[in-house]
Amino acid sequence: MNTTPLIQISHLEKSFITKSSWIGQWRLRRGKIRRSKESVHALNGVNLTINQGETLCIVGETGCGKSTLARVLMGLTPATSGEIHYQDQRIDHLNDHKRMMFRRRMQMVFQNPYASLNPRMTVYQTLSEPIAFHNQQLNRAEINLQIEDLLESVGISPSSADRYPHEFSGGQRQRISLARALSVEPDFIVADEPLSALDVSVQAQVLNLMMDKQEERNLTYLFITHDLAVVEHFATRVAVMYLGRVCELASTKALFSSPKHPYTQALLSAIPRLDSNMTQPIRLIGEVPTQIEKPIGCVFQARCPYANQRCYETSPKMLRQTDGSSVACHAIEEGRLS
Amino acid sequence: MNLLTVNNLNVSFHIKGIELAALIDVSFTLNRGERIAIVGESGAGKSILGLSIVNLLDKPGYIKSGSVKLENKELSKMNTRQLQEIRGKRIAMIFQDPMMTLNPVLTIGAQLVEAIRSHTRISFKDARNIAIEKLHSVQIASPERRFDQYPHELSGGMRQRVIIASVLLLNPDIIIADEPTTALDVTIQAEIIQLLLDVCHDNSMALILISHDLGVVSRVAERTLVMYAGRIVEEAPTLELINDPQHPYTQGLLNALPQMSLPGQRLNQIQGNMPALNDRPSGCAFHPRCPYATQKCRSEQPNFIYNGISSVSCFLVEDMLEEENSEEDSLDIEYATFHDEGQL
Repeated sequence: MNTTPLIQISHLEKSFITKSSWIGQWRLRRGKIRRSKESVHALNGVNLTINQGETLCIVGETGCGKSTLARVLMGLTPATSGEIHYQDQRIDHLNDHKRMMFRRRMQMVFQNPYASLNPRMTVYQTLSEPIAFHNQQLNRAEINLQIEDLLESVGISPSSADRYPHEFSGGQRQRISLARALSVEPDFIVADEPLSALDVSVQAQVLNLMMDKQEERNLTYLFITHDLAVVEHFATRVAVMYLGRVCELASTKALFSSPKHPYTQALLSAIPRLDSNMTQPIRLIGEVPTQIEKPIGCVFQARCPYANQRCYETSPKMLRQTDGSSVACHAIEEGRLS
Repeated sequence: MNLLTVNNLNVSFHIKGIELAALIDVSFTLNRGERIAIVGESGAGKSILGLSIVNLLDKPGYIKSGSVKLENKELSKMNTRQLQEIRGKRIAMIFQDPMMTLNPVLTIGAQLVEAIRSHTRISFKDARNIAIEKLHSVQIASPERRFDQYPHELSGGMRQRVIIASVLLLNPDIIIADEPTTALDVTIQAEIIQLLLDVCHDNSMALILISHDLGVVSRVAERTLVMYAGRIVEEAPTLELINDPQHPYTQGLLNALPQMSLPGQRLNQIQGNMPALNDRPSGCAFHPRCPYATQKCRSEQPNFIYNGISSVSCFLVEDMLEEENSEEDSLDIEYATFHDEGQL
């Protein structure tokens, strides 16, 4: 395996200003008019490396920053601070023009195939646009040939290329989305919950297709999901996110056999399984808090059954464990929780 | 006596002069305090079945034939006023998306009180007390404060709790929950499911859970109905259904789950898609996707057969059962002749 990681994300932060209008930000406070910016901290210092050829899954509840991470990584929204490196080049501060060559190497598959395909473009148009844009030396016949191959490889008959997205089922649409991502021959694909709008049997079809393509083209996936059963099946490594931070990063096997972080433990115990002798889920008190205030201490403190004074004051660092996984938790560091 | 009896229910949609069958000969029963689940992929008719029980079908959908009986009252023939007596009071529904169910411009309290007062003649103050008590019973912290809040001020899990509270207001006999946890996270989902179970248990309410998640179903339901293309194809106690699925579709559905194959291996997918309403295959609707389909499956619709544990509508299972039975029969005959001779 290549030793230099494909993608390196360091100290990535992203906050969104909630009061969007400039005028609305001014407030009278203690006799003076001051500007007050209220922002939601979606990412609070994320560090991740993605290796060539692996599938890194990101799991976490709604609002933990999974999708924001994907969007910042793809350059769809600028980061507030931090760095993203692609192989050895920094890409987060590039302008649109310079970024173009990286867009070709990194593609994205979105959650909802009903919304991510342009309803007024035929499948042919949807696929020919990126191919023609990134390969301007190709003539029409060559493009047509590529599209035919592409459609066939995702299991859609090339004869239906002139149809519109609404004429396809959800699973077929998600395959077209994947074909669109593959059309520019990327190395790296970010898939943001690509299966959540699909049925179980169709999910299996799309997941199989993604695995086949990975084998064929040596793709690297960043796969965002909340379905832990899919993660267990598909991932090489798993990053568990909570409130804009990665709280556990481990190989799939290590994570599922011995989850360490209290949040991971609760998350895994909550998966509805088919075995009748399943254990009672660990109950977390309360819900994911809002991220208006920048969190002090551990992000999970409010719901953690093991929280102590130190958890309220300082934020834990990612520490490497004996089995190769990394966990950010004071309780584990102090040996209160093993 | 069964609490709810659905018998040969046929629901169709009338679109542009064409009749499209959404439910075909659906029959099942529900006992008091029982929890059943209806599973299947999108387009199988699960939600339509849920809606047609309380006759909430919108045009162009209509109940073509068959009956839905609550104890001895026929629901499918009732007019709107009679149905309003049943809805909410006897049979209540929980829908998938809690944000769509609650009215965004009314406070939670106003909606709960309205629900109570439209069925019973009590004062606002009494209704408020009942509402707050029910909010408390679904483990909502500080219900007095929540009472005056709007739906957008609550999180998804909290909203679904409010809806469960609103369902409890009139102590119905049956709760129909249509994908109640699909819009929620796993940890919240686990809590809501536990809450639903507790609520049904404490008030001995019957539950019809509509879901596509077999994991959730296995935690909640005692009995499970599997639907495919508008028909029930298998009915069995949940444990038996999961451990020993009979119908090829149920087998495919279970095998497609990621936990059923080894990590990194290809998943066992079911080929093809659920047929659309307007091109239902002849014979058994599953035959184009079925690995065991025979000529008979293409032309004839299999009947429901009961094998002692589960009911299945599949020729394959029928043939297997017949073989077993014929062996038993031949033994019986031998035994009988032996017996007759002895008597002589």
